[in-house]
Amino acid sequence: MTWQDTDVQALQRSAERRRRLGRISVYTAAIAFAFLAAFPFTWALVSMFKQSNDLYVKDNSPFWFNEVPTLKHLGFLFTDTNYLTFIRNSVIVGLAVTAITLALALPVAYALARLRLRWGERLGIAIFLVYLIPPTLLFIPMTRVITNLGLQESLWSLILVYPTITIPISAWLLMGFFKGIPMDLEEQAMVDGHSRIGAIARVVLPLMVPGIIAVVVFAFTLSAHEFIYALAFNKSSAVKTIATGVPTELVRGDVFFWQSLQGAVILIAVPIALIFNAFLDRFISGFTMGAVKG
Amino acid sequence: MAVVEVRGLTKHFGDVVAVDGVDLQSEEGEFLVLLGPSGCGKTTLLRMIAGLEQPTEGEILLGGESVSGLPPRARKIAMVFQSYALYPHMTVANNIAFPLKAQGMDPSKRAAKVQWAAGLFDIDGLLHRRPRQLSGGERQRVALARALVREPTVFLLDEPLSNLDAKLRAAARDDLMEFQRRIGITTIYVTHDQVEAMGMGDRIAVMDHGKVRQLGTPEEVYHHPADVFVAQFLGSPPMNLLESMYYLFGFRPEQFLPEGIAESEGARVPFTFHVNRIEYLGSERYLYGHIREYEETKIIAMLPATVTLPIEVDQDHKFSVARDQLRFFDRDGGQRIPPQALNR
Amino acid sequence: MTSTRAPRNRYLSDNPRFLAGLFMAPAVIYIVALVGFPFVLAIIYAFTNISTGNPELNFVGWDTFRRVLDDPVFREALWNTFLFAVIANLLVVVLATALAEVLTKDFKGKWLVRFLVLLPWVAPVSLATITWLWTLDSIFSPIDWVLRQLGLITENVYWLGRPGLAMSSVIAVQTWRIVPLAAVIVMAGLIAIPGEINDAVAVDGAGPWRRLFQVTMPLLAPIIAVAVLFGVILTISDMSVVFVLTRGGPTNSTQVLSTWAFIKGIEGGALGQGAAVALFLLPVLIGITAVVLRLARRREVL
Repeated sequence: MTWQDTDVQALQRSAERRRRLGRISVYTAAIAFAFLAAFPFTWALVSMFKQSNDLYVKDNSPFWFNEVPTLKHLGFLFTDTNYLTFIRNSVIVGLAVTAITLALALPVAYALARLRLRWGERLGIAIFLVYLIPPTLLFIPMTRVITNLGLQESLWSLILVYPTITIPISAWLLMGFFKGIPMDLEEQAMVDGHSRIGAIARVVLPLMVPGIIAVVVFAFTLSAHEFIYALAFNKSSAVKTIATGVPTELVRGDVFFWQSLQGAVILIAVPIALIFNAFLDRFISGFTMGAVKG
Repeated sequence: MAVVEVRGLTKHFGDVVAVDGVDLQSEEGEFLVLLGPSGCGKTTLLRMIAGLEQPTEGEILLGGESVSGLPPRARKIAMVFQSYALYPHMTVANNIAFPLKAQGMDPSKRAAKVQWAAGLFDIDGLLHRRPRQLSGGERQRVALARALVREPTVFLLDEPLSNLDAKLRAAARDDLMEFQRRIGITTIYVTHDQVEAMGMGDRIAVMDHGKVRQLGTPEEVYHHPADVFVAQFLGSPPMNLLESMYYLFGFRPEQFLPEGIAESEGARVPFTFHVNRIEYLGSERYLYGHIREYEETKIIAMLPATVTLPIEVDQDHKFSVARDQLRFFDRDGGQRIPPQALNR
Repeated sequence: MTSTRAPRNRYLSDNPRFLAGLFMAPAVIYIVALVGFPFVLAIIYAFTNISTGNPELNFVGWDTFRRVLDDPVFREALWNTFLFAVIANLLVVVLATALAEVLTKDFKGKWLVRFLVLLPWVAPVSLATITWLWTLDSIFSPIDWVLRQLGLITENVYWLGRPGLAMSSVIAVQTWRIVPLAAVIVMAGLIAIPGEINDAVAVDGAGPWRRLFQVTMPLLAPIIAVAVLFGVILTISDMSVVFVLTRGGPTNSTQVLSTWAFIKGIEGGALGQGAAVALFLLPVLIGITAVVLRLARRREVL
């Protein structure tokens, strides 16, 4: 059987066509997904600068400005609402919850990843199962517990309770990262003169920085997202977080301050998304390490 | 007084017996090799001496004192792992200084010691680099410098040459030997490579399934193996082993020579060797075949290049082995039978 | 020399068993206290008539449960919880797998696409839902505007005002916010598929469709199971989307167990009933978890 030149050319052309079709379909799909994901945010982005007599006209285009854009509503957000307070509260809670999470999840993750425990595997599964018990199941008795502890209407209620959500997942994530560090290094440090705790502190933790960062980002994100506990425990405006403050406070009676509302959303969503994007690859490697090495 | 002594040492991992009642004593300044196939317990034994594993039974003495219950840092040992375990987030200098920092040595004395250790291994120029910037050979030297900087009494090495490629291995082996001779520190070295063991060890402990089969000099374990396992583990190609009615007997390929070539005095036992295949490797020839009356067993003969006698394939040849080179083993237990105990 | 049992460590900080206990105790105690205990309390509450007006634990047997079950809104909520979770996650699986495939390819502007595609997930749920409130507004919805401009409709679609449409809207929002997370999980799975398999498939001459169905999806099945598990848990245990979007309306047609428990228990003060409603989340969760885990174990991943 001999190769005919024309056969080869035809094959090459069809392969080229298929490749180009592939490229086009990838671009199309990418654009479609990006659009579907972002479209509610796009007109939030436009709306937040619109004047009220532009926005509240049914037949005006929502996509562009029919009147001059204005920063008035953004200003309103900062001066006439507790927006900054909400942000401050979320940050405080975020910091505290992150600290507690790391303090409790790091040791657990290390123990499960390294120390040969008889009940190690079962405990790992137990931790995962705990995560499956959602706040929506626990929030009613939890509200009573918080009231009995006298922590209602304060940020402490959230600081106390949020780690129940962050610790299981963080422990799982950190376990994956720990397994990625060779045991040799710890043992070498022990031979070189440290106790196991000393070895962990000096050799393992410095190498865990990527995992720790992942947990920090995750814990902060959660503190900004969490809704049900925040709504159930804290009704007074001064202690609301971003998640509960924005939806409830920017509606006075039946009147929605739409521009400020949308502005409030965009100002939070965009920075968080930027940070997440920067760390996305690290998260993926954490997932795969945790899942593959199980 | 032995620097390292192990008595009745046993380690169980659940149902698995990794180390089974080992007794061992090292001599001062010697290079002791623990040799055996993977899973034989040599690494576990080493790790127990280091304190990284706790024995199930038995005692470990370093410098005459029991160290049971002591963690690694209290044992005055140094250890080099197969991976070298260099701390990736520290410079070479800080890697070497690490054990001294752990001791709480003050910075000026530390710096001097680091210089001294780096000088020993010729790595002064690398002090500011990071491990990922070093070659395999350089990493080994940093690991050695770090191990030696505390001036330990015992030096433990776990297959440190396995990660190097073949060319580097010979040079690294040379380096290691030279430095051990110079410093004179008692060294215990784990390997599965019998060539390495023979070349480096003052004494070799041949291990299998958690037990020490034989402890002796390279000459002893090679020429006077205690059992079939030792006989066949050492030597490449392995000893030829034949089964007769009452016992096993064997001889090494280089001892199996064509009639008339051998120059030894003393009786020689003749065999008819049917050669099936010849491998010509330049410095020697390997002849593969079988012996009359033992047709099932593959026999290998090794002829050095200096023996130029032409050998034809698919033919019978007259070969022989010196009678005192034959080794006899018990058929059931594999133990060596000393020649006097034989009743032929 | 007689052999001796090895004595226990003098040095505690090196003893693995001591360390294990030390390392695990804080987290375990914390979780038992703040998850285990409230969990038990939730069960107890459901058997009492406790309320904010009457905060004593009076055991009433099955009475509270009966009251809850007799309420037609509850049955609606139970059905909706299940329905929303199933439909939303079916959509999520398909979309997330496609999105993951796209995100593993290289193309210009990928960073921007990734950024936009992640927005629904990383924006706090309640805030993301607010953008939908406007998008689906009965007067000013941009979607309606476009449809009117195209001449496809004359009157606005009351996305959140009609029961069927409201349910679809809730499902759409849930799907929308979960797809990014599921896509990231599936991406992790795709990356884990060894390159050699794709090479072998290419050499064997399989086209992209066959590759997707006969090679990629079976290999991805365990990871997709994980993504579905997360997605289902997130849908079922979420309260904010329904609460912010519709508050369960119109006329309780989009009520789900979580919002109903909140309205009954926290807003209404009937803590016992709220707890009972919330407890019904458990069988749904356990059921779906068991199914997904069994599917995953069959493919030997967990």
